Amino acid sequence: MRIELVKRPQQSALYSALSPFIALALTLIAGAIMFSLLGKNPLDALYYYFVDPLREMWSLHELAIKAAPLILIAVGLSICFLSNNWNIGAEGQFIIGAITGSILPVMYPDLQSWIILPLMLIMGVIGGAAYGFIPALLKTRFNTNEILTSLMLVYVAQLFLDWLVRGPWRNPQGMNFPETRNFHQYAILPEIWPSMGRANWGFVFALVAALVAWFMLSRMLKGFEVKVLGQSPRAGRFGGFSASRMVIFAFLVSGGLAGLAGISEVSGAIGQLRPTISPGYGFAAIIVAFLGRLNPLGIIAAGLVLALSYLGGEAAQISIGVSDKVVRAFQGMLLFFVLGCDTLIHYRVRFVGSTAHKAEVSHGNA
Amino acid sequence: MSDNHSAEAANLLEVRGLTKIFGTLKACDNIDLTVGKGQIHALLGENGAGKSTLVKMLFGSLEPNSGEIRWNGEPVRISNPHMARKLGIGMVFQHFSLFDALTAAENIALSLDDNTPIATIAAKAKALSFSYGLPLDPYSLVGDLSVGERQRIEIIRCLLQTPDLIILDEPTSVLTPQEADKLFETLERLRLEGKSILYISHRLEEVKRICDAATVLRHGKVVGHCTPRNETASSLARMMVGSEVLTVVREPAEGMDKARTLLEVRSLSRKPATPFSIPLHNISLNVRAGEIIGIAGVAGNGQGEFFEAVSGEVLQADANTVRIRDKDATRLSITGRRKLGAAFVPEERLGHGAAPRMRLSENLLLSRHATDAKAFLGAGGIVRDKAIAAASQRIIQAMDVRKSGPDPEAAALSGGNLQKFIIGRELDRQPAVMVVNQPTWGVDAGAAAHIRQALIELARKGSAVLVISQDLDELFEISDLIAVMHNGELSKPIPIAEATLEKIGLLMGGAEPGHVEVTEAEVA
Repeated sequence: MRIELVKRPQQSALYSALSPFIALALTLIAGAIMFSLLGKNPLDALYYYFVDPLREMWSLHELAIKAAPLILIAVGLSICFLSNNWNIGAEGQFIIGAITGSILPVMYPDLQSWIILPLMLIMGVIGGAAYGFIPALLKTRFNTNEILTSLMLVYVAQLFLDWLVRGPWRNPQGMNFPETRNFHQYAILPEIWPSMGRANWGFVFALVAALVAWFMLSRMLKGFEVKVLGQSPRAGRFGGFSASRMVIFAFLVSGGLAGLAGISEVSGAIGQLRPTISPGYGFAAIIVAFLGRLNPLGIIAAGLVLALSYLGGEAAQISIGVSDKVVRAFQGMLLFFVLGCDTLIHYRVRFVGSTAHKAEVSHGNA
Repeated sequence: MSDNHSAEAANLLEVRGLTKIFGTLKACDNIDLTVGKGQIHALLGENGAGKSTLVKMLFGSLEPNSGEIRWNGEPVRISNPHMARKLGIGMVFQHFSLFDALTAAENIALSLDDNTPIATIAAKAKALSFSYGLPLDPYSLVGDLSVGERQRIEIIRCLLQTPDLIILDEPTSVLTPQEADKLFETLERLRLEGKSILYISHRLEEVKRICDAATVLRHGKVVGHCTPRNETASSLARMMVGSEVLTVVREPAEGMDKARTLLEVRSLSRKPATPFSIPLHNISLNVRAGEIIGIAGVAGNGQGEFFEAVSGEVLQADANTVRIRDKDATRLSITGRRKLGAAFVPEERLGHGAAPRMRLSENLLLSRHATDAKAFLGAGGIVRDKAIAAASQRIIQAMDVRKSGPDPEAAALSGGNLQKFIIGRELDRQPAVMVVNQPTWGVDAGAAAHIRQALIELARKGSAVLVISQDLDELFEISDLIAVMHNGELSKPIPIAEATLEKIGLLMGGAEPGHVEVTEAEVA
């Protein structure tokens, strides 16, 4: 017997809209099963995971801190994915953005002025965009597969950061710990509302980026170009749009936004460079982008959901003593169900083989 | 009929009340069809009449919702093509399923169920091909063969399975008139051997010529059975279309010699982009204001490559090979050429001329965002939805585009209506130069007449129109001059008054009449 996916003649608009919610519900059910297999009360576990972190103002601020990089990166990725460019390397662009953005406070700590922070942000964007430009160039010039090149560059970036903080950029007063010096006050991204919690301006950047991207995609010719080239490259070429320029545009934008996320994270939440500066934001943002249906406004909501999975993971680790790897499991299940729901909206499953055989046999007898 | 057993025995295939429903659409509604032994039976109908659905059910690729198929008087259920072949039904599809990089014999071997060695297959295929007057070298690579030769492989492949019924889907749509004549001879031979043929076509003349009986379909229903020889082409057309077909009116163009050349192609050559695409050799052509030049040719002789080069989707290396309104356009992209006043309609509607999942208004923006930037775009590239919606309504009315909903996705329209929209989208600009590839391919007769008339009117208003088409009747109907493309070369345009079907047919087959005359004179 064989299982086939058969394309549906038309997709249900209702289920298309419901799909992220169905996926979320399925993730919760699967999560409950997972917790009970781990020997925990599933309802308690889900409560600590998904409800408890939302009950206090300071932890809502923590949510915003986690959501900011996810939204920033996912907004860039949505432009990539809509134009049919599969940038899987946002994690690397995030790291390189963080590194280039940190050049001033780490290498020239004596330069202290209000201009430093804007310069750092700009350099972070440039660094991320430049790192994203590499797979774009390889794709347009040599027709390489951007999924592979962008992914491999993530490991290059991670090892480069590791080498930097253990070697040339290690804090001279840092007791040989593998970290850079702490950023000075002019290099710190300020908090939005210091009396309420830690959330910094990175979250505002994320909201602005999402709104701008939404406006571009829905109202501007450039957004039209992104969608045409993604859906129907030949029609796009007929329309006079250049596919290779779109590859570069998409990678520059998503790399730049990932770079901005990187430097915002370092200068806002962490305050220095360390061997590891991201709990996998660049990869989780892929889930955010799809959960948000590649729509920047949907991505804001999806980013908050994924941020909750990080916070919940920390909370559940403390309160019910499950491994922090549960976070990854949740994110994996969520992506699986989102993609699964989307696939089943476009296709239906058909079992072939045994039935067709039977028909033939029965005819042979007749 | 059912009481008469002798009549039943003479009928190879009987179809009673066959129905196929897709969603709410009855693609085939209660179809009756009887094919006798040793009969060439025509299945006539416009695009979308249900011909393909019907034969797919006969060949087992689709399962009917209701109805009965009787084979040699026995009711059968054909659930897959394998079963159809076992019964003795063979099919030659309109779109071939051959691998370019394999030889003819290897392609045939792929479709056979047993493990016969290639050499045996090749020998059999060769013998068969010569005995039916369809000579074929079984060891030639498919990629090197012409479309007509590829069709021979499909026919041989089908004959090797010694079918009793052969279904041919629009076989002459890819042949020159001379090649078609050859095919008809083969069909006659098959009939003499007692084989039955179900011949799908919308070309009335050839149906009249070779078919013994015809079943006419319209909107999924049988509208009549007839004997084509006793009908006229126009009475058959009336049955097919259901109403009088609009005849296209073409007034002779005057003062053409003095008219200005608007589109000029100068010794255009192009290397093949892929191993299996056609190189272009030294193509030169002038299209003047007020005239329509038709480019005839069998599919796959470089028409697509030529269109890409003229439209600017692919740029040429040499300067001055394409000039639009006296300006060198060679280094200009398709957008630049549009801005010079040119408009283009490619062959493929879905995925090339239009993005399937985008709305009609978005597809309007697709080809006109640069030429109509003032009307369609606001400051900073903001799309002005209202202006575009108004323009797309204007086109829909002018071209009588029928659709469901106010602004449906392109893929939701029928082929003919989408083509009317795509042509209308360009006509709405009043382009000085219009280049169209296969303007009415797969379009129903009513829409085709509308499109042809619109092209003629555009030319008479002073534009230069270049039409690439495989449909010779169409070219004779609308062109002032006809040139023929063969193997990447373009013949000299022949004025319509001097062009005959035979002359064009010879050129399509690769003959150069001028050249032949010289050698004959030398021999004499």
